[in-house]
Amino acid sequence: MSEKRILAMGNEAIALGAVRAGVRMAAGYPGTPSTEILETIAKHNDGHFHVEWSVNEKAAMEVGAGAAYAGARTIVTMKQVGLNVASDPLMSLAYMGVKGGMVIVSADDPGPISSQTEQDTRTFGQFSKLPVFDPSSPEEAYVMIGEAFEFSEKYQTPVLFRPTTRVCHSCASIELLPDMEVAEPEGFIKDTMRWVIFPRTSYLNHVKIEKRNAELSETLSDYERNFVLPGSGKKGVVTAGISYAYTREVLPEGVPLLKISTPHPFPERLAKEFMEEMDEVLVLEELDPMIERELLRVAGKYHLPVQICGKLTGHTKNAGENSSESIRKDLEGFLGADVFTAESAGGKTEAADAQSAAPEKADAAADNGEQPALPVRPPVLCAGCPHRASFYAVKKAMKGKKAVFCGDIGCYTLGNAKPLDMVDTCLCMGAGVTIAQGLQAVEPDSVNFAFIGDSTFFASGITGVVNAVYNKNDIVLVVLDNSTTAMTGHQPHPGTGKTIMGEVAAKISIRRILEGIGVEQIYEVDPLILPDAVKAVQEAAAGTGVRAVIFKSPCIAVTKPQNTYTVNQDACRKCKVCVRELGCPAIVTEGDTVKIDETLCYGCGVCSYVCPFQAIGEVKENE
Amino acid sequence: MNKNCLLCGVGGQGVVLASRLIAFAAMEKGYFVRTTETIGMAQRGGSVVSHVRIGDEVYSPQIPEGTADVILAFEPGEAVRCLPYLKKGGMVIADRKIVKPVTASLGGDAYRAEDMISWLEKKTGKLLVVDGDELCRKAGSPKVLNVVLLGAASQTGVLGITPDEMLDAVRKNVKEKYIELNERALMLGREAGGM
Repeated sequence: MSEKRILAMGNEAIALGAVRAGVRMAAGYPGTPSTEILETIAKHNDGHFHVEWSVNEKAAMEVGAGAAYAGARTIVTMKQVGLNVASDPLMSLAYMGVKGGMVIVSADDPGPISSQTEQDTRTFGQFSKLPVFDPSSPEEAYVMIGEAFEFSEKYQTPVLFRPTTRVCHSCASIELLPDMEVAEPEGFIKDTMRWVIFPRTSYLNHVKIEKRNAELSETLSDYERNFVLPGSGKKGVVTAGISYAYTREVLPEGVPLLKISTPHPFPERLAKEFMEEMDEVLVLEELDPMIERELLRVAGKYHLPVQICGKLTGHTKNAGENSSESIRKDLEGFLGADVFTAESAGGKTEAADAQSAAPEKADAAADNGEQPALPVRPPVLCAGCPHRASFYAVKKAMKGKKAVFCGDIGCYTLGNAKPLDMVDTCLCMGAGVTIAQGLQAVEPDSVNFAFIGDSTFFASGITGVVNAVYNKNDIVLVVLDNSTTAMTGHQPHPGTGKTIMGEVAAKISIRRILEGIGVEQIYEVDPLILPDAVKAVQEAAAGTGVRAVIFKSPCIAVTKPQNTYTVNQDACRKCKVCVRELGCPAIVTEGDTVKIDETLCYGCGVCSYVCPFQAIGEVKENE
Repeated sequence: MNKNCLLCGVGGQGVVLASRLIAFAAMEKGYFVRTTETIGMAQRGGSVVSHVRIGDEVYSPQIPEGTADVILAFEPGEAVRCLPYLKKGGMVIADRKIVKPVTASLGGDAYRAEDMISWLEKKTGKLLVVDGDELCRKAGSPKVLNVVLLGAASQTGVLGITPDEMLDAVRKNVKEKYIELNERALMLGREAGGM
């Protein structure tokens, strides 16, 4: 085994590739599936460059732009919906251009697996007129990101780099390469025409960009990662990203394939030459039919007699992620089922057998019967999660009263699950605070709650609170402060007093921000002390204007477990109120008996308040 | 060698670490490795599937259905859920103990280990059921189920990784103070695997 061979996750590969490319500035905001990129860069920071979790994606983009203006190689990381937040600076930056290479990683999430939308960063590339690189594996991403930096610097434009979840979160053996030769940043050189955006300069830049992109389309037709795997026959496949990997896994020998690694500017000549040889092509891609549309455009432009099949023609599904299995089906439909012989890769034929005919035993059991029902394991709040206590406190306080509970983005969206059922709306980062205001305007007799986590509050909640105070809106803001960005894997944020590099930073107080905005009625309570929490909510609900309850209790993943709790079986009347009210994973039933699984219990103790018979108590260390 | 090893269980059981140990051992032998996980939104308590693919002619990070040489299940219901991945003649190694989901506690659904095991018996030619709970107790910690199962799997030879190679991977990847515990766990697993 080579000494420089490691098993790297796609996100680690992207990070290592950026470090190797001499990155000097790295900024981003956490978001699945992109988060580990910045964390890995921080881990490999020898003090030579600046790495930061910015307060949100817009801030990251602008910090990055400044560094790139000064000539530094810069990476900005986010998930696809984060690109929406950063789109204001990005759209203008596309016109202005950069000096140091600037790569914006926007990780897409087909499925979606942990996102609000199935939007496509490649389409965003077309919209913003920026070049897009689309890797299909961790090992390709590792090399491609270096090429993206060189490309960006050469053409003085930011470029988008678009991995998807299955690239970001899969691991592969990677051969580490030597560092690239990179010049020291020159520093910022004043130049109004270049760095100050005016309508006149934007017009000139627009003309320049359109001309450049036409030239890049030609250049990229020769880029080695846009390529054809030759074959025979008049039916070919065009694919990209992780779908390329699935396609290679199952594609029968001899079917011609075109791989697109730069969907924008589209490598037109390469695609034209490929389609000239074909009667029909099948496009295998996820999210938007982006390549399919480009092929239609190219075929139309050159009057090519070729049938283009894909999402737009109903040959492939137009939502959700692909897999080896789905692509195999698509190929069967396109090429004919008979192309898949028993020995072909993917082995679906065998798979079908495995279920019915696998073991000889199966025959013996003349009746195979029905597969027993499998347990559903929906996402739930962890045992001991302070959010459970917070939601439960509000639920108790508002029992029988008219109230709407606006949620936001984070673990606490899971407060939606039964039995809590405490999230009535969820739209995008920070939206709960402002949606509550809109609801209030239409339905003033309802108490409108807005739940927001600490990291989300800093990212995009503050302006909503300013809006509420300024416009005399009437809401109860509930800040769920668990001292971390939990859902994406516990990143620090401005309220934690720590940076991504582990340095001590100013701890920005949410309470003082609210005071500064002019929120007068503020309660700060530990939600795990349930009676206090309920009382605070009741008082806040009775008030007017903008009232705030800050529930402060750290995420269980960043604290040590407390003493666990146990059910005193003599006192337990088996009413199961604890099970029904809280939905805590540590409270389990065995027949009629209710028990607390001590390996899951974190000792939050909320169940001890809920039990009507005081049957739940703490297990003392020395007992 | 081309091997597809699918590991499955419930969040918090150490499924991902086990897959990393297999990947590490395979890389030590000079093989190209791909791994990936399919994990839901749940931080804990959700189904976790980890794919380990060893060998050069491999593109997709996920194991295509019907091609897994082995399913290493930390929970019998999760083994049943993942059966479509198993190739004809593939082996299932499953822990006996079920992990009840919260929904079962809420709804009182009957979810029983015996039903899962008997279904696995019906559906697979090669099945090894491991009493992980008991072996973990013997080893001295409930947290070594993953290494117990790796011990059993390496002993059967189905991974293409020998017990000694697995032991080496464990030694090189766990903290010094836990090495002894994990060595015990691996050995108990090997016994369960027919040593």
